[in-house]
Amino acid sequence: MSAPQTTTDAEVGALGTDGPPPRRGLRAADASHARDYSPGFFVKLALMAVVDALGVYVVWSAWTAGSYGILAATLAMLVVANWVYFSKRALPLKYILPGLLFLLVYQIFVVGYTGYVAFTNYGTGHNSTKEQAVSALLIQNERRVEGSPSSTLTVVEDGDALGFAVVTEDGDVEAGTADRPLAVVDGATVTDGRAVEIPGFTVLPRDQVLQRQAEVTELRVPVSDDPEDGSIRTTDARTGYVYTSALEWDAAADTMTDTTTGTVYTPNDEGQFEAPDGSTLAVGWRVPVGFDNFVTAFSDARYAQPFVKILVWTFVFAVGSVVTTFLLGLFLAIVFNDTRMRGRKVYRTLMILPYAIPGFLAALLWSGLLNTRFGFVNEVILGGAHIPWLTDPWLAKLSVLGVNLWLGFPYMFLICTGALQSLPGDVMEAAKIDGAGRWRTWRAITLPLLLIATAPLLISSFAFNFNNFTLIYMLTGGGPRFADASVPLGHTDILISMVYSISGVDGSAQKDFGLASALSIVIFVIVGTISAIAFRSTRKFEEIS
Amino acid sequence: MATTQAPPVVGGRPAPSVTSRNRMKPGRWFSELGWRHVVGVIAVVYAAFPLVYVLSASLSENGTLTGSNTLFSDVSGANYAELGTTMFWTWMGNTLVIAIATSVGTVLMGAAAAYAFSRFRFAGRRMGLTSLLIVQMFPQMLAFVAIFLLLIGLGNVVPILGLNSKIALIAVYLGGALGVNTFLMYGFFNTVPRELDEAAKIDGATHSQIYWTIILRLVAPILAVVALLSFISTFGEFIIARIVLTSERNWTLAVGLYGWVSSLKEANWGLFTAGAVISALPVLALFLYLQKYIVGGLTAGSVKG
Repeated sequence: MSAPQTTTDAEVGALGTDGPPPRRGLRAADASHARDYSPGFFVKLALMAVVDALGVYVVWSAWTAGSYGILAATLAMLVVANWVYFSKRALPLKYILPGLLFLLVYQIFVVGYTGYVAFTNYGTGHNSTKEQAVSALLIQNERRVEGSPSSTLTVVEDGDALGFAVVTEDGDVEAGTADRPLAVVDGATVTDGRAVEIPGFTVLPRDQVLQRQAEVTELRVPVSDDPEDGSIRTTDARTGYVYTSALEWDAAADTMTDTTTGTVYTPNDEGQFEAPDGSTLAVGWRVPVGFDNFVTAFSDARYAQPFVKILVWTFVFAVGSVVTTFLLGLFLAIVFNDTRMRGRKVYRTLMILPYAIPGFLAALLWSGLLNTRFGFVNEVILGGAHIPWLTDPWLAKLSVLGVNLWLGFPYMFLICTGALQSLPGDVMEAAKIDGAGRWRTWRAITLPLLLIATAPLLISSFAFNFNNFTLIYMLTGGGPRFADASVPLGHTDILISMVYSISGVDGSAQKDFGLASALSIVIFVIVGTISAIAFRSTRKFEEIS
Repeated sequence: MATTQAPPVVGGRPAPSVTSRNRMKPGRWFSELGWRHVVGVIAVVYAAFPLVYVLSASLSENGTLTGSNTLFSDVSGANYAELGTTMFWTWMGNTLVIAIATSVGTVLMGAAAAYAFSRFRFAGRRMGLTSLLIVQMFPQMLAFVAIFLLLIGLGNVVPILGLNSKIALIAVYLGGALGVNTFLMYGFFNTVPRELDEAAKIDGATHSQIYWTIILRLVAPILAVVALLSFISTFGEFIIARIVLTSERNWTLAVGLYGWVSSLKEANWGLFTAGAVISALPVLALFLYLQKYIVGGLTAGSVKG
């Protein structure tokens, strides 16, 4: 720290005393690159050109994909960026803007979006807009039309997408893939009523067809852009049949009608089509549901009990982790706070090893060490015991706290050592003169001062552990499972791992983004409140001391 | 490592010379100092035994959990050699690319913002600083569901910003760049005397010359600390990486090694321990090398004003 400083000091001194640095002429004191054609200006110009080119590309892609939200946001960011970097004002923003844009998109927006999703029923069965739900329903309920004409069919490939080519009644060849509806292809060769060469497509050889049988029989090629026209499907890769939906969408009346039974489904408030008898169609759409998700978390029979247990355990885990690591760290810091002791540095270096290895590795390592049947702890240290460290509800909780103690005490040790060494000596001196004994000095002076110095760090440690997903997920996976719960939650799950399980983002379970987001909001509120209160009271502390 | 004479603790008893230690009676020596060594040895054993175990297991001949329980019974490189047959080195590369890019971006953006807050006086400055404090209270990873949904949307427009892209993951991590580190840097920037800026300005330097050529060199230590902290936290980040990187080619070490341990704990244990030793080494080396700065950085953030 001192070495680089001296060299730069010398340089700065040179700048300060020997007039302007070489290579650059004298400038007006308030000059800025915005109106001055120096090398820096051209660097900026090049960078902005790249940024603008990328921005225009994103805007164009968003336009073609129909994502108007992204389009508007990108456009706004581009305009702001160009204004900031090419105007003479907005000097501070020139420095803040890059980080600010990332912060706005990837932190502030996503937190806000979490708030929005929390009040919808976004998730499995309610994945998108009503339009998309309608077309998905029409496609899913396709049946072969009774007596519909069959046509000879050839399996083709377009790039790596499978498709069909069929010969129509008037002898034209139409080809398409799952994403491209059938369209007439000119210049195709037809032999024996079957298309054998189609420009723009390659005919799939017979052996390939057999190999990819499952893909071929699942493939549906839409007849046109309108889902109501149905699609071509095949069962034998030689003949195509038209399938049309058994449902009929009436846009004017806003109803779905099942043509086979005649049942009329109307949209309900839940974002589903509902029949008069209460049955609903499988695919729904996203609708705002108000506080339903929050109500579900606190009162639904499936979630409420696990939720309360998990909430309590989360607090126990976070507070317990902070308290145990702090006590052990403090104890060791006091033990080593004696200058007459030899080899303190060696002890310190070896002791902070657990803190210096990545947390996920430590958690995975301990999951093996604590394995009931083969783990090192049971096999070697306890001489072949079979203690279910990670599979018994109470022992698993204990293990989680124990592993977190191992991970966290070096950090507290470092902090406490720093705090102990920076205690003001005159106060201690005064206490001695007043006749305070060792214990009294410790209790009345050292500990309060230490707590004030470390309080902000203890709060952030609490907040960190409150959301210590990695440790829980890697060590126990939240297990052992609650025996009585229908949802995949367990005794060591904390709130954030509960959110992870419920959200289903890893594809293991039903997706329920709405409920997961609602729980995220609950966590935000808890952590935010506690941090705010804690920081405020420590500030009071500082004023008092 | 020789014992270094640490500065005597103010208010503690004065440190006696080495010769007086030798004149201490054994009983007194134990009650004053000896028991501290006992505690120290216990603490070191507690801290280090899992690490000794993992080293021994990675060097053992057979790669199962059961076979790894005798420490250093046999030493072979079999597990390390076998890493070459897996995706391990790909994951290592991915992790390093993502962590380095994130820490460089974090330092660049955080330092620039800290410079603006420290040196310029502008409308909304106080509010900006306060907002940053508040934003810090909302950890980004809690919004992982919304991040997932946002990336699906972005991916429809620009695939490289969508799911299963390392660039997208780096962008998500950079979203947290300003919140966490700006304060740490802001405090440090304030310790650089403003007279330097004034002098340079009089000599005709522009604000950007002052920033790039003077300030950044003076605050190099804090830049190193922030880069390192950002590198370490990115290196070990799991939940967002797990959601964003869907294909095995793009996984980071955290996602990949978790997969080894969670499936078939028995068979992959040797592989995992070898992988763990190799992936812990860079972080461990950095950490021990820059110990001083990290400890300083940890406590610097806690004392304001």
